[in-house]
This record gives sequence, structure tokens and C-alpha cells, in this order.
Amino acid sequence: MDLFEYQARELFEEYGVSVPTAEVAGTAKEARRIADRLGGRAVVKAQVKTGGRGKAGGVKLAADPAAAELTARQILGMDIKGHTAHQVMLAQPVEIETEFYVSYVLDRAAGHFLAIASAEGGMEIEEVAANRPEAVARIPVDPAHGVTADKAAEIARAAHLPPEAADVLVKLWTVLTEEDAVLVEVNPLVRTRDGRLLALDGKVALDDNARFRQTRWGGAETAHDDPLEARAAAKGLNYVKLDGQVGVVGNGAGLVMSTLDVVAGCGARPANFLDIGGGASARVMADGLSVILSDPDVRSVFVNVFGGITACDAVADGIVQALDEIRLTKPLVVRLDGNSAAQGRAILNGHRHPLVEQVTTMDGAARRAAQLAK
Amino acid sequence: MAIYLTKESKVLVQGMTGAEGMKHTRRMLAAGTNVVGGVNPRKAGRTVEFDDRAGGIDVFGTVREGIEATGADVTVVFVPPAFCKAAVTEAADAGIGLAVVITEGIPVHDTVAFQSYAQQRGTRVIGPNCPGLITPGQANAGIIPADITKPGRIGLVSKSGTLTYQLMYELRDIGFSTCVGIGGDPVIGTTHIDCLQAFEDDPETELVVLIGEIGGDAEERAAAYIREHISKPVVGYVAGFTAPEGKTMGHAGAIVSGSTGTARAKQQALEAAGVRVGATPTETARLVLEHLASS
Repeated sequence: MDLFEYQARELFEEYGVSVPTAEVAGTAKEARRIADRLGGRAVVKAQVKTGGRGKAGGVKLAADPAAAELTARQILGMDIKGHTAHQVMLAQPVEIETEFYVSYVLDRAAGHFLAIASAEGGMEIEEVAANRPEAVARIPVDPAHGVTADKAAEIARAAHLPPEAADVLVKLWTVLTEEDAVLVEVNPLVRTRDGRLLALDGKVALDDNARFRQTRWGGAETAHDDPLEARAAAKGLNYVKLDGQVGVVGNGAGLVMSTLDVVAGCGARPANFLDIGGGASARVMADGLSVILSDPDVRSVFVNVFGGITACDAVADGIVQALDEIRLTKPLVVRLDGNSAAQGRAILNGHRHPLVEQVTTMDGAARRAAQLAK
Repeated sequence: MAIYLTKESKVLVQGMTGAEGMKHTRRMLAAGTNVVGGVNPRKAGRTVEFDDRAGGIDVFGTVREGIEATGADVTVVFVPPAFCKAAVTEAADAGIGLAVVITEGIPVHDTVAFQSYAQQRGTRVIGPNCPGLITPGQANAGIIPADITKPGRIGLVSKSGTLTYQLMYELRDIGFSTCVGIGGDPVIGTTHIDCLQAFEDDPETELVVLIGEIGGDAEERAAAYIREHISKPVVGYVAGFTAPEGKTMGHAGAIVSGSTGTARAKQQALEAAGVRVGATPTETARLVLEHLASS
């Protein structure tokens, strides 16, 4: 889960990293009051979980509270790369002398975290990294030791950051480990004219797998923009809405992704990703089908199950259960193979629903589902 | 021969007494695996009954006790996510050779810690969040269904469980030396490259099937490795061409961000290394058959 900038800012502050004075507003009127409290001038920043806000017009300087209200009104509701700004953060402007870049990011191939730091921070850091890699230090962090004062000093030296940045690096490492983050990025980390080191903008991504021990955020981000995704999430289903016409359900993320590809290869577009997981029960299958069938874009549904742990008879029972609960108006193409496939096929054959069709191969079933969606 | 797991392997199961642990220990035994003990500090000293094992299986309090009593060299980990770091660390401390971590949902900081710890102590980790590995006809360490296929000359390495089963099924008449599900998490122990080298060194493996999916650059690295070091034919399959950018599709690792890590990039890298890549699992199986027929 990605945090909003204002949430990252709060975390940094809590761990002792200096940040600009700022508050969050959900309405333009509130923005005006905050600007007033901040002393009049304020930077108004759209709170969206994507980069490129500045270029999209989502970050603006307001000279006084009235201007802050006006600017907030422009930004609230703005769409930035598919993300709607529902909130703005108003921050006290600071006089910037120098901009730096620091982050901790997971190096998947190496299997540990990497400190990335540069004395050339700001918006163009990706260009700097691409064009002048020597200006960006990449230092692996040994998980057994973490970022100690010595390690932080090493990172700061390698990146030509001022020595006092080492303290910030240690604190950000604490944010990363204590909060179970998979990314902590400060861009820019600035030195102000009056000599302070401030985290001006930050990005924190948390590890969803650590939710069992990180209760602070609770279900903070279970708000799904898409109503079908929200409904699926409420039933504990692993569902992602896509923009095609063939509904897809299968078991195992790899097989379902492969199913989307095979459907696309047949000239149709998948309407969704839905993984019922290993060892799925009839109930899960029935819930999944009911979500897919309530998608108005769906014209046909492809159920693709290879029974490993999952038993195909349970899958077939789930399909039958769904057919009892909802009136099927769209054709269902089912391919069952593997564990208890014969029993599963027999259950569906016994049910004899006119809109349910069985095809024995994955490619053949995808072709049929694609054809039915035309 | 085979890689990593044979009928000689002596297998411990950490978390054997839990529901999943019991179910899969039963299946592993049915597949002929020499399961020599379970590990659970709260149930040490008990013996658990199994149909396929006369006299039942003893539960040890620690991996070290299990190794001392049985000579175990492999452990399969089914313990809940919160306890996996301790479980793998303990197994590595006890000197186990191979730890197969089936558990899904382990925080990545924990995986980073136990993987690095195990590596320093010479313990190979497979997983986490993986189906484990099977050497058909010999042993099964994990949750891969043992009855899909038979012993044979194909080696298989895959990020995805169900795609592994699908390919095993498509090629069931040829059979497999060993199938390894390495898992789809962002950080894993054993990689495609490790398995490729092991299959290269295994005289009974004639051809390797490599299954990848979007996210990370493991397949691109594997492609570079194949070009330099692998003489046996490799046939590939990559899932996730249709997955939208930035959306997670089940596996923590299957996230596309920016231009790298896309299925297309992986396919191109593999093809540039001389690997034939199938458009569907079925076509991939056909490419394997063509290779074997021509060799």
C-alpha cells in the first residue's frame, strides 16, 4: 500500500526527520483557514498516489489565504494520471538552497535493500540516474546490521551529501524497518537558506504482507474506486477490473494471468482478473462468478481451472451454486482439468444449463469464450 | 538423478501438526517422500499417525533435535507468516541443507533477513510463497500434486504454481526429472538461474522449461545466463502480457512498473538468448515436443 504524501510526512515527523509545517484539507474553505494559520503563503499540493503532480498542475504556490482557497478549488477533483485528488496538503514555503535525493528501495535480484542517494535531487532524478549514473550512489544495506551511524556516513559521503544528512538516513532506515515499508523516498531532501535539512516531499510504500503486525493503517486503503473491485474485496476475492468483455476466473495468479493473455491472443479483451486461489471452496467460486456476472461489460465468462490442490468437483459445485443464486444471462465456458476433473465435468453435465458449455482445452475454451463475446 | 531432491532426501516438516502441514505431509508420504519428522516446540515428543507410515512420525521440539535424531537434510516450512523468519533461521542454524518455504504472505523484511542469514550458513532456500519441488517417482517437498506426471527427462523451473501444474500436465507423457516452483515473491531464495545451472549439471535432464511472469527482471537475468552458460535446450513461457501497468495481480512480485519487467521485455530477452517462447502453455508444450523429437 502506498501512503499519501501527507501520511509519509507525518511518519517522517514522528521518527524525528524535519519536515515543513503543513496540514491537509478536503475542501477549499478548509484550505483557506490552513493557509491563514500557516501565515498566509502556502504551497498547495494535490494528494494523489502518483508521480508527475507538478507537471500536471497539481502543485501551486498561493500568495495568501484567498489564493489558497482558489487554488485548492482548482486542484480538488483534478484527475492526475487516473488518480483523483480528494485532498490537498498546504505546506509553509521554504527557501531552498540545495536539493538532494535519498531513498531505500528493495533490490529484488540481490535480495536486500539498497540506499540510493544523490546530491542532485529534485524532479529530474530519473534523468540524472540514466544520464550520469556516477552522480547517484547505490549502496547495499546488509540486513543483519541495517543503517548504523557509520553506514549512514558512508552513504552520505558516497553521494556527496552534507555530513548532517547521515542522521536523516538513520532515521529514514528506522521508518523503513519499523513500519515494514518496502520503499522510503525523500525527493527532494533540501537544505534551506537558514541551514536546516528538511524532507520536502516523500513517498512511502508499505508491505501488505506485514499488515498483521502494522495495525496503524488498518483498512486505510481498502477504498476501491471501482464498485466491482470494492464488492469483490468485501468478499475477500482477488479481483482486478479490466476494460474488456470476457470475464475470466481461474485458480492461481500465474494461470489467471496466462488466461488473460490467451483470451487476448484470440482477439478478445479480458474484462477482469479473478484468482480464486489454491484449494478454493464452492462458496468462493460462487462469489467470484456473481461479481463477474454483475459487470455490465461482460459478454461471456471463461472459467479456467487446473485442479492441483483445488478439486474440480468443488469448482463445479460452486458454479452450480452460483447458477442457483443468480439468473444466468451470459454464456459460461468452463474448462476443468487436473484433480477430480472427471467428477467436476460430470456435475456440470448433470446440471445441463443451456448457457454453460464445457471445452476440454485451455486454448479451445479461450477461443470459444472470445467468439461468444463478439 | 534429479536436482535438489531425491529419494535419499530425509525431510522434516516445520508446522506438520497444523491443518495444512498434516494434509500435505500425508500427500508427500503418499508420493514416496521420506518424511522423517515434524517440528513443533509445543508438541515435541508426540508421534503423529499417518496411513502411509507404519509407526507414525515423531514431532521434535527443534530442527536441531530432528536432524540429530534422523539425519534430515531437507525441511519443508508450513508455519504461519509471522513465525517463518524464526523457523528458517533456526533451520539454517541447525545446518539443514535445503529449506523449502511454502508459506504465503511473509513480510519482505523477514524474507530479506532469513534469506541472507541462510545463505551465509550454506542453507539453500526455495520460496517463499511457492509450491515447493517434486522429483517424480522419488520425492515431493511441498504441495505440487504428485499424480500429474511421471519421471522423465524435462526439468522445470517456474515462478507460478498453477502454471507449473499446467505444463506438467501438458507434458505428462514425457515426464520430468525435477520441477521446482521458486515462488513469485519479490525476494526469493533459489532463482531461475540456480535451477538452470543445476539442470545443466544433471545428466538426466535433457531440456529445461522456464516459466516466468511479469515483475522484476529475473527472466532477463536468466536469459543472459542461458546465453553464457547453458548448453541444453531451454523452452520458455511468460505470463502477464495483458496485465495493466501498476496493478498487482495476486503475487507481490507480479507488479509492472515502468518499462522493465513487462512480459514483452522478458520474452524478447529470452528469445535473444535462443530460447523459444510459447504464446500459450499448450504451445510451449508443443515446442518442447518439437525439440525432443529433433534431438
